[in-house]
Amino acid sequence: MSEILWILVIALLAGAANALIGSLLVLQRRVMLGDAISHSVLFGLVLAYLLSGSRDPLMMFGGAALIGLFSAWLTDLLHRLGRVQHDASIGVVFTFLFALGVILIAGHADQVDIDPDCVLHGELALTPFDTLHIGDTDIGPRAFWQLLGVTALLLLMLAVAYRPLHALTFSAVHAASLGISVALWNTVLAVMASLTAVASFDAVGAILVVAMMALPANTALVFARSLQQMLIGAVLASALAVLGGLALAAWLDASIAAAIVVAAGLLLALALALKAFLRRSSAAHRETPRSQSA
Amino acid sequence: MTPAPALSLRDLTVSYQETPVLWDVTLDLPTGCNIAIIGPNGAGKSSLLKAAMGFIPAAVGEARFFGEPLDRVRARVAYVPQRSEVDWDYPISVEETVMLGRYGGLRWWQRPGAADREEVARALEKVGMSDFARRQISQLSGGQQQRVFLARALAQGADLYLLDEPFAGVDMATERAIVALFNAIRARGGTVIAVHHDLSTVADYFDHVALINQRLIAAGPTETVYTLDNLRHTYGGRLGLLTDIGRRVTEAGLNDEALPPPPGNAA
Repeated sequence: MSEILWILVIALLAGAANALIGSLLVLQRRVMLGDAISHSVLFGLVLAYLLSGSRDPLMMFGGAALIGLFSAWLTDLLHRLGRVQHDASIGVVFTFLFALGVILIAGHADQVDIDPDCVLHGELALTPFDTLHIGDTDIGPRAFWQLLGVTALLLLMLAVAYRPLHALTFSAVHAASLGISVALWNTVLAVMASLTAVASFDAVGAILVVAMMALPANTALVFARSLQQMLIGAVLASALAVLGGLALAAWLDASIAAAIVVAAGLLLALALALKAFLRRSSAAHRETPRSQSA
Repeated sequence: MTPAPALSLRDLTVSYQETPVLWDVTLDLPTGCNIAIIGPNGAGKSSLLKAAMGFIPAAVGEARFFGEPLDRVRARVAYVPQRSEVDWDYPISVEETVMLGRYGGLRWWQRPGAADREEVARALEKVGMSDFARRQISQLSGGQQQRVFLARALAQGADLYLLDEPFAGVDMATERAIVALFNAIRARGGTVIAVHHDLSTVADYFDHVALINQRLIAAGPTETVYTLDNLRHTYGGRLGLLTDIGRRVTEAGLNDEALPPPPGNAA
């Protein structure tokens, strides 16, 4: 397969995976947790690398998932015991773990085959060259297989646990009253956010992961009338952003990941403008009663 | 044998950080009644329901439902949160919201069946919201939102309904509809426990009442417990709230006796 086609497929998969997990986090108003996790997993990646001495995907994902969970747990602990505000404790934990990861890389630069710049910003253009092998056979880019695995896992999670996740994202309290384990499903979501972040690192980098979690999901939220529509809409919005971003990057000769995020942001602005326009024109026909819940 | 109380609390103590909000509450609330929980702001009324449901941890004490731990009778207990605690911007239709009440009886991966849809339609009809089934919840008025959440609890098919301020910010038509619903629940042997604010309607809407202000002041049938004396104990110096009721009591020639029902809801 040609490079540009690989890049397109990898970007589409990264967009879809982030759109799916991002939709659930956005509905829970916890999308900043995605930001926290996407940064702190760097520490997990480096740790797993130093301990195992390889870039074996299983080790990397295991380390990332553990640190992702650890940062979610630490955030909660700081909030409960240290009486730190919730968003402040997220900010404290992920910057600390991220900085720890950066220092570890610097301290072991000779052993660590992880480029901090690449982890931060991603380099989509290079992903086709980092391929996996079975025996002597080249089976394609590592990023492709990682993202394919994570996307499949996310779809499996949604297929198996659509109802508990639906109840949880709408209202944790109501879900709990039905006997749905809020702690279990929040943990599952934190692990899936960690895996998605790690799988997306090569493609978009740690800084832009949260943008791909938040922007397409919020774009879908503008028009979605159900969780199902939101999930599908977010994946479509991410695909549009990828196509627009690739075109933009080619035109400006800029970083593909950054161009994709810019396209995703423009798409959200467009959706909001369209909604405002539709509301204004429909208000002329009938009055729409909007609730004003305090 | 008398049936086990719908809700019994033993030595329930709840605190946020180190500030206690409920102290050592021991209370049995009977089945087949409409029960109001009243008390001033910050008295711990909502916390009582939330601690009983396990949403917030109790420092000490326990709650039993029908004599059992909640986990064993969950299907029989429905909880309706305060309207202000709900995410009204969530993309969901009225119908789907009510269907959430059926999720407790479904496996994770199970799709709702025809019986579930029938229950949802019936619940919507009971609250007079059938015509709004396809509407998004963000497009409803306050009263309509409250009806939808009652329908969700009804769809659950519970015997005990815990409601946090169901009358807050609803229109008169909805208020009457909710009261009719409470009476219907009681008529079939069910129990309603509602945090309530409007002292003038307590005697009209509820046959039992529990007065709390961090501690339990009194609990029992409205005609014996809902007295000016108990209200004074509950609301302390905040008698401003009570002048209207106090005047009514005086006019009725009663003193520290049971309160007569107020003259209509015109006031």
